[in-house]
Amino acid sequence: MDTQPVIKLENFSKTYVTGEVEVHAVRGVSLAIMPGEFVAIMGASGSGKSTMMNTIGCLDRPTSGRYLLDGVDVGELDRDELAELRNHKIGFVFQGFNLLSRTSALENVELPLLYSRNRVGSRHQRERALKSLELVGLGTRAEHHPNQLSGGQQQRVAIARALVNGPKVLVADEPTGNLDSLTSVEIMGIFQELNRQGMTVVMVTHELDIARYTQRNVVMRDGRIVSDQRVPNRLEAAAELEKIKREQQAVQLAP
Amino acid sequence: MILLATLRIAGRALRRNKLRTLLTMLGIIIGVGAVIAMVSIGNGAKAQVEAQIAQLGQNVILILSGNVSRGGFHMGFGNAGTLTHEDYEAIRREVSGLTGISPEVRTMAQVAAGNENNNTQIMGVGTDYINIRSWPLADGVNFSEQDVRTANKVAILGKTTATTLFGEDDPVGKVVRIKSAPFIVVGLLASKGMSMMGMDQDDVVFVPYTSAMKRLTGGTVFRSFNAQAASPELVPDVQNQITELLRQRHRIGEGKDDDFLVRTQQEISEMATSTSRVMTVLLGSVAGVSLIVGGIGIMNIMLVSVTERTREIGVRLAVGARSRDILLQFLIEAVTLSLAGGIIGIGLGILSSRLLSIQMGWKTLVSVESIVIAFAFSAAIGVFFGFYPARKAALLDPIDALRYE
Ligand SMILES: Nc1ncnc2c1ncn2[C@@H]1O[C@H](COP(=O)(O)OP(=O)(O)OP(=O)(O)O)[C@@H](O)[C@H]1O
Ligand SMILES: [Mg+2]
Repeated sequence: MDTQPVIKLENFSKTYVTGEVEVHAVRGVSLAIMPGEFVAIMGASGSGKSTMMNTIGCLDRPTSGRYLLDGVDVGELDRDELAELRNHKIGFVFQGFNLLSRTSALENVELPLLYSRNRVGSRHQRERALKSLELVGLGTRAEHHPNQLSGGQQQRVAIARALVNGPKVLVADEPTGNLDSLTSVEIMGIFQELNRQGMTVVMVTHELDIARYTQRNVVMRDGRIVSDQRVPNRLEAAAELEKIKREQQAVQLAP
Repeated sequence: MILLATLRIAGRALRRNKLRTLLTMLGIIIGVGAVIAMVSIGNGAKAQVEAQIAQLGQNVILILSGNVSRGGFHMGFGNAGTLTHEDYEAIRREVSGLTGISPEVRTMAQVAAGNENNNTQIMGVGTDYINIRSWPLADGVNFSEQDVRTANKVAILGKTTATTLFGEDDPVGKVVRIKSAPFIVVGLLASKGMSMMGMDQDDVVFVPYTSAMKRLTGGTVFRSFNAQAASPELVPDVQNQITELLRQRHRIGEGKDDDFLVRTQQEISEMATSTSRVMTVLLGSVAGVSLIVGGIGIMNIMLVSVTERTREIGVRLAVGARSRDILLQFLIEAVTLSLAGGIIGIGLGILSSRLLSIQMGWKTLVSVESIVIAFAFSAAIGVFFGFYPARKAALLDPIDALRYE
């Protein structure tokens, strides 16, 4: 295993200035995440989780402190270099899916390839996008538009899009925030499977039981990390899904 | 991102809002259409003026009576008759390098033969006239020096006049009455067609200028002479000789204004062309203003589009689009709008200039040049007016764009 952390925050702070008011969203956080980890960031609303995730996802830069992604100091990079990191090192999954409407699932997944520095031919692009869709179990829905898909399916398209360029880290800000509990567990199943294959996953969640599918829980309060613990009794999504299905059968919710 | 993919995205965005796309293009369509049509009218007029001037003959020098103010030369003839018969004889005698000179006495008169009669342009001319104008006879003969000297009642008919009066019959040898005076028809002119004003140049009767003055106009002075130099090289020299001679004869002192005007065909052509060029530019720029308005329409819609699609831009930025990818996307969209509008506008312009020539009888000339310019101009308008909205899109902050409601 790699000994260098893939994500390393050193005394990272982020301050928003709106008019006269300064909001210290994150105040001096240090955090190291090793390759292959599956981490949940938790905390009350407004504690700075999204702010930190945006920086980890290279959508933003630290106000002070350092952020090293795969050994590269992100704070030193310009706008285009950040775009390139987002393109091939990061796969970002949003709470609101953020798919392009009136655009097929396949084309949504192809999007990062369109902006990739090492572009492949359009046939190759389709193949890779399709493979990525198959990975999240949506191979048969490639031509469907987002408004023809359920929330869980849309989020899976978004995950396929995040994966298509073979990123180092999967960054997800409340990926299950808009989903029901069964679908949430299904998404966790996908994350666990990806993690088993070696993908580093960092995820924000409000829900304690969702956090129990990860390996490590980081809790924030008022822009600081207040606890960072291994998950003792980790849940297995596959087993939980079985259990939920059995329970639902009992009340005839599922066939 | 490669151009093809960007073009596809732009095409899809424009197809999504078909009515809006069409309305946005309308400004450019009308602008380009108007420019093409207006310039074609201007060019048509210019071509016709040139053809008209070429019809004057070759190496022609016009001598006009009356003084003309410094500023302008009027395409008509001088008003006060200051040219005398003696002037005419003197030029004929003393100026070298002339192949011919003829007065031109114009009047309208009733011309009749049998039961037919017609109000026709009468031209009192000398024997050289038909040569100067390169206007051959279709039949019969020119009148002679003797006819001119003795003011004989002989006439040469234009094609239209002959047909009106005699139908298909040969008019040569027949008699026409001009203001009741009988003239013998000695010749028939070949057809010359329409003038630039749309007038039938063949509805004309040539008579000796002496006969015209004595029997029709009663005048004693001339308004104009047409002269012809032997070769193009001789034209300036002949022009100078005539000017000097007339100044002497009219006793015009050093530094005083001439009471006549000597113009070469070249000069007339240049003046007429520059007049029609001014007209073309004027018409074109009026139409050009609507192109600018069309451009502003595009800018407006692109700004709306950028705002509407802020989230889309955010998503693209989040998955790794660089500023220039977004800039290019919106720029291409704007240029596609303006180019498509331009192409439709070119079609419309060609169509309307056709319609104008058919309906109004105006001569129009759609030049390849104006099409190329209109095309390039509409592309430039797309780039110019599309740049600001595209830049606005490209500089969006990814997080702000993703959060945009
Ligand atoms: N663009 C911004 N401008 C000003 N203040 C901001 C901005 N973004 C976030 N903040 C502030 O920073 C603090 C942290 O916000 P953040 O979105 O990181 O919280 P969060 O932990 O993700 O909350 P939630 O669980 O509700 O998503 C909040 O007080 C918020 O008001
Ligand atoms: Mg948040």
